[in-house]
Parts: sequence; C-alpha cells; structure tokens
Amino acid sequence: MTIEVPRETWQGAVREVTLGAVGDGGSRTTTVTVGGERSLPFLHFEAPLPHRPVMAAEVSDVYPDDWSPALLETLGEDARDPGAWAARMVDAGAELVALKLRGAHPERQGLGADECVATVRKVLDAVGVPLIVYGPGTPDKDNEVLVAVAEATKGERLALGNCEEKNYRTLVAAALGNGHLVIGQTPIDVNLAKQLNILIGDMGLPLDRVLMDPNTGALGYGIEYTYSVMERLRLAALMGDTMTQQPMISMAGEEAWRQKEARAAEGVPEAWGDLADRGVAWETTTASALLQAGADIVVLRHPRSLAAVGRALDELMKEA
Amino acid sequence: MALTGLEIYKLLPQTNCKECGFPTCLAFAMKLAQKGTELSKCPYVTEETTATLDAAAAPPVRLVKVGDGERAFEVGNEVVLFRHEKTFYHQPGIMLRVRDDDPQLAEKAAAAAAYEVERVGVTLRLDGVVVEQAAGDAAAFAAATAAAAAASDAPLALVADDPKALAAALGGVAGRRPLIGPATAQTWRDVAALAAEHGCPVLVRGDGDLDALAELTASVKGAGVEDIVVDPGAAGAGSLVAATTQLRRLAIKKNVRALGYPLLAWCAGDTVEDAVACATVAIAKYAGIVVVDRLDAALLYPLVTWRLNLYTDPQKPIQVEPRLYEIGAPDADSPLLITTNFSLTYFTVSGEVEGSGVPAWLLVADADGQSVLTGWAAGKFDAEKVAKTVKDSGVGARLNHAKLVIPGHVATLSGEIEEELPDWHVLVGPREAADLPSYLKNVWAAQ
Repeated sequence: MTIEVPRETWQGAVREVTLGAVGDGGSRTTTVTVGGERSLPFLHFEAPLPHRPVMAAEVSDVYPDDWSPALLETLGEDARDPGAWAARMVDAGAELVALKLRGAHPERQGLGADECVATVRKVLDAVGVPLIVYGPGTPDKDNEVLVAVAEATKGERLALGNCEEKNYRTLVAAALGNGHLVIGQTPIDVNLAKQLNILIGDMGLPLDRVLMDPNTGALGYGIEYTYSVMERLRLAALMGDTMTQQPMISMAGEEAWRQKEARAAEGVPEAWGDLADRGVAWETTTASALLQAGADIVVLRHPRSLAAVGRALDELMKEA
Repeated sequence: MALTGLEIYKLLPQTNCKECGFPTCLAFAMKLAQKGTELSKCPYVTEETTATLDAAAAPPVRLVKVGDGERAFEVGNEVVLFRHEKTFYHQPGIMLRVRDDDPQLAEKAAAAAAYEVERVGVTLRLDGVVVEQAAGDAAAFAAATAAAAAASDAPLALVADDPKALAAALGGVAGRRPLIGPATAQTWRDVAALAAEHGCPVLVRGDGDLDALAELTASVKGAGVEDIVVDPGAAGAGSLVAATTQLRRLAIKKNVRALGYPLLAWCAGDTVEDAVACATVAIAKYAGIVVVDRLDAALLYPLVTWRLNLYTDPQKPIQVEPRLYEIGAPDADSPLLITTNFSLTYFTVSGEVEGSGVPAWLLVADADGQSVLTGWAAGKFDAEKVAKTVKDSGVGARLNHAKLVIPGHVATLSGEIEEELPDWHVLVGPREAADLPSYLKNVWAAQ
C-alpha cells in the first residue's frame, strides 16, 4: 500500500509584518517579524513556517487594581512600575511588550498625552523588544494619546491599537506619518475584518504595517466563535483573498483573565480546582487554541502562561 | 462518500417492478440517496450492490465505542476538517493514565471516574482510565487492572507492550469492553486475537509511517476486529498536529478506509499548564481520545470546557435559558438589565457586567436565540416581549427601584415599553456591551 502524504497547495500567503526598528529612528535591539505562512498552523510537512508565532506580554501603565488576584499576587510590586514590569516579562520569555494606556481613561486617572508619552518612553528604555501600544479604549482619548505617542516615537515601528470601523482614520494617519503600524479590531466576523483592512489600506498605509485582531472570546465565553472566524480568515488568506492576509493578534490573556474562572478563589465548586493554577490554565488553553486557529501574536498576562505557551511553541515548531 | 440517486440507480435492476413500493427504480434510488427508505425493500438487489452501498454509506471516520453500559463513550464518525464546514460530532474521550506500579492507582481511578463539573446546565465528566504496564510483570498488570476496575465504573483502556499481560488482565474485565493495545508490527496478531475473542476495540500504534500504519490496521481488521483506535505515535505536539491532520485528511478527503479511525493522543506535561497546552491542541486537532496524566481539577475543568465549546454545533445559534441571572451578588438596589438569549450576546453582556465589578440583575428574554438587533428586526425582541419578560420574572418584587436598562440598539422601544409597563422607568444603556462597565459605574451610579 502506498499512501501519499496529503498536502494542500495554497495560492495565497499571509503578509509579513515587522514590528520595531533597529536604527533609522528606532531604538530597539531586536525586531519581530510575523506572518508569511503558506499553510495552516504548524503543518511543517506542507510548507516551511517562516516565523514562529510570537508571545507579547500585556503591561498596564497604571496599577491594574481590577485584575484577578491571582495575577496581582504574582506581579507584586512590578505591577506598579511599567518599566520593571515589562523587563520582567521579557525575562520570562515575552518577545513583544503590549503596553495598555489604561490610566488615560476618563474614568480612571484621566492621564493626558504627556504622561502617556512619558510612560511609553520609560518602557522603551526598559526593554529592547518592540512595543505594541494600546489606548484606553475610548475613541476620543485613544486618538488624543496615541497621536501624541506616535509623534514622540517617530520611526520606532510601534503597533498602535485599536483601529475600529468607527474610529480608524486618526490612528492610521498618525501611523502613516510617523512610521508606525496599526492593529484593526473587529467584532468576531470575517467580513468586518476584511472590510476594515480595506478601509485602512485605502488611506494609503501599506498592508505590511497592519495587524488584525478579529476579537477574542475566552474559553467558555465564545472561544468557538473566535476559533472558527480565525480559521476562516486564515483559510481565505491561503486561498488568495488578499484582504484577509494580515497576521492575526489575539488578546487571549485579557479575555481569559476577565472571566470568573480566572478570578474567583472562593465560593466556587471544588471541581474548578485551585485558582492560581486554574487562571493560568484558562489563559494557556485560550492561547493554545487560538494558535491552532492561526494567531500570529498572542498577548498574555501571567509569567507562567508565557513560559508554558513558549514551551508548547517549542514543541509545535519541531518538524515531525 | 455518499452516492447520488443516479449512481444508485445504475446499481439497481432497472425493471420498474414496483415491488419496493415506488413507481420506478429511479424514484426508489432518489429516495435511497436521501436516506428515506431501505435498500432491503428491493427483492432483486444483488449482494454486490448491497456491499457497494454499505461501503459508500460508511462514515469516513469509523464510530468506535469504548466501554460498555451507561458510561461507554463513542468517538469518530466525523465528516469535516473544520467545524465551520458542518460540525464536529463526537466529543473526544478524556482519560486518565495510571501506571500499574502506582501505589495510588485505585484512588486515582476512583477520583477520575468521580470527577464532574457543571457548566451551562451540562454535566461534564472524564471518560475513563488507562491502565499502563510499567512494572513489566503480567500478574502485576492484571492485579492493577482489577483494582482500577473495582475502583471505577468508567470505561478502561489496557495498555501493555506484552500481549500476555493483556491476556492476563482481560480475564476479569473483558465484559467492560476495554480498549486494548498497543497493536504494533510485532504484537498485532496476539492483540487482535484477544480483541476478537473478547469483542474489545483495539489501539493500533503507528511509528510515523503512513503505509505501515495502514497495513497494520488492515491486518487487525483482517483478524476480525472492526473497532480500531489509532495512536499515530507522535513524539510531541508538533508531530501530533502533522500526524492527526494527515490522517484526518486521508480519511475524509481521500476516503482511505484503512486510516479512517478515531485517533488517540498522549498529553503528559510536567505542569498543569504544559498538560493543558498539549491537550488543548489534541482536542482542537482531531483527537478522539486524549490521555492525561494529571488528576488536577485546574487542568480538567478548562479541558472539558474547551471540548464542549469546540464541539458545539455552529449551525445552530446556541441559546441560553431565558431567565433572571444574578451577576456578582446583586441586591434590591442593584441595576436591572435586559438582553436576549443568543448565547454570544449573553456571554458578552454578562462578561462585561462581571468585569465591571458592579453586581447586577441580568434578565434574559426568549428571542429564539437571536441577538438584540436581529431579534428586534424579527419581532422577537419588542416592547411586548420585554414587558412580558419583566412581568413573568417577578423581578419587580426583588427590587427597591423600578428601573430597567435596555440595550442602546433598541432605544426606540423605550416609550412603548413604558406604555406596557406603566410603573417602570426605562433607561437606555449603551449600544455595545463593551461600554457597559463605564455605563454602570457612571450613568447608573448617578441615578
């Protein structure tokens, strides 16, 4: 009996996107390139995987007092200092730092552009890896602080997020004018993701400076929708649909740690297990699943999840 | 591959004798293709036709039952590579491996069988225990198997390199229809003979060579064993994904019967998070049985949840039970919000409310599993439905206030709802769930 190994031949490929710049206005010691896939995740027998998927660590500019106690306990005092925090996560294996400027939110500290720029500089000084910078998540404030950050860090090739359908022009313009990248986020839908890529591209930003975030549902909270939408986006990309060929980023940590399963230590069934392990497992499961659906960057919160996903990637990158 | 009506017609006598109850052979063939009648209705059908149709009707991945009685589980019978193409049908069994020299074997087997957790109204459990030979002594393996069987009512798998150990162990537990193996190039004759004698499914272990694996399953089948589970013999997660993807593609797209069996994956792991990462991949990538080594609820709970999520049928909008939900520990002064029973809507809204830290009452209306806007457009989430849901829930009696927060997308309903519920005051919430925390902390708090 002779059985041929079943290989698919795909017409398309995911675009390669490089974050961070070494020299030429960039102060990074390394850059990170994602994308370039010509097959479904980790099928080395089908096509070489040019870039290993990347782990980013989420860091907050202000103390995240609303985070799960399991995270706050582990992060300790580092959670009060974004520079020290970022450096610690890089030591733990993070290849990118995703800095979220939560303190700028009007309902939090309402920090202004200057303070945000200072925090970004502090983190840039503390680590050599490329940065993703997220605004606080409200359109006006996102535009205000991210434009200031973009201008103050011209040439660093930061990834700025999030662009949404109703609010992308200002951010795309800031990225365009200052040599940065953007992240487009859409609500768990193939066509909306595609449309936002088109809109961003229409403004003249080269598509090798665009990441897409099809939005993450955590384990137990709609992960199956995200999983299938990411699979469908990746299949469309490989089949040659050029507007779905952006590398995908997933906020696996943020979504997993928001859920009760990653927060509640008491008053939950014994069959849930111990919170410290359960929270890490919830995050690791969410990230591991979405890596199989095609995620190129997973943004994580816990050093243990980061280490575990790193070891899992070591295994997944081995050719059979 | 299922045959079309015309393909079936060509295999029939084409005499239009009508004895099957249909006016013509073609009509009968069309009905057969739709699975609306049975081939046996035709008195003149040849054996060859029966065999061809049976083969065509067989699923590309064989359905295999492990165990016997109430806790037996079935895996296989899958027809797609991606769940969005149709759905995944049979959730993988999750089994705990215990070695025959483990002093806590009976205790672990009992705990594995007893593990259960409730999620969205479903009871999730582990599916069984794998007893593995480590000591190398047939009598010890038999004793360990007997102890595991006595301690647990769940299905068993017996894994021993020495067929004599399998034979010794099977004596006492054959009636429970354990999965036995591994059948390898060296051992398959003995293992298949045992399985045929006792009517057990067999675990066939490959070594990465597809041709050799197909020959092995064909040999085992030739020895009278139909129920086969394949261990591709993958060395790590990377080779597992490659192996399981190749096998699933060959079964479904190439119709290679000799490889159309459920797959088994081993997920040891030095820590909870390592084990969970491996098992998550195995569940995503086509494993029919996932074997873990750790009996730790923090590992098992995410895994059974992931399995449940992945095997949810994407063709049906999943609904949550329409009723009043308590988020946090709401009291009589806490806000009351209403939304629809589309599960993603519910999970998004409840997740945001939970994340806000503001305890709240969430009233879920029966909108036939549609989201807020779709439900509104279809008349399933209108003022009348909102009013009825509020009244039927009796939530008014539990509150010190009579304020109802409706989704911003149906702001237009607020006047009508106040007409239907004259004692209530309707507040228009945000359009997107993501803005709920801010709404609850500011707008609601200011009320």
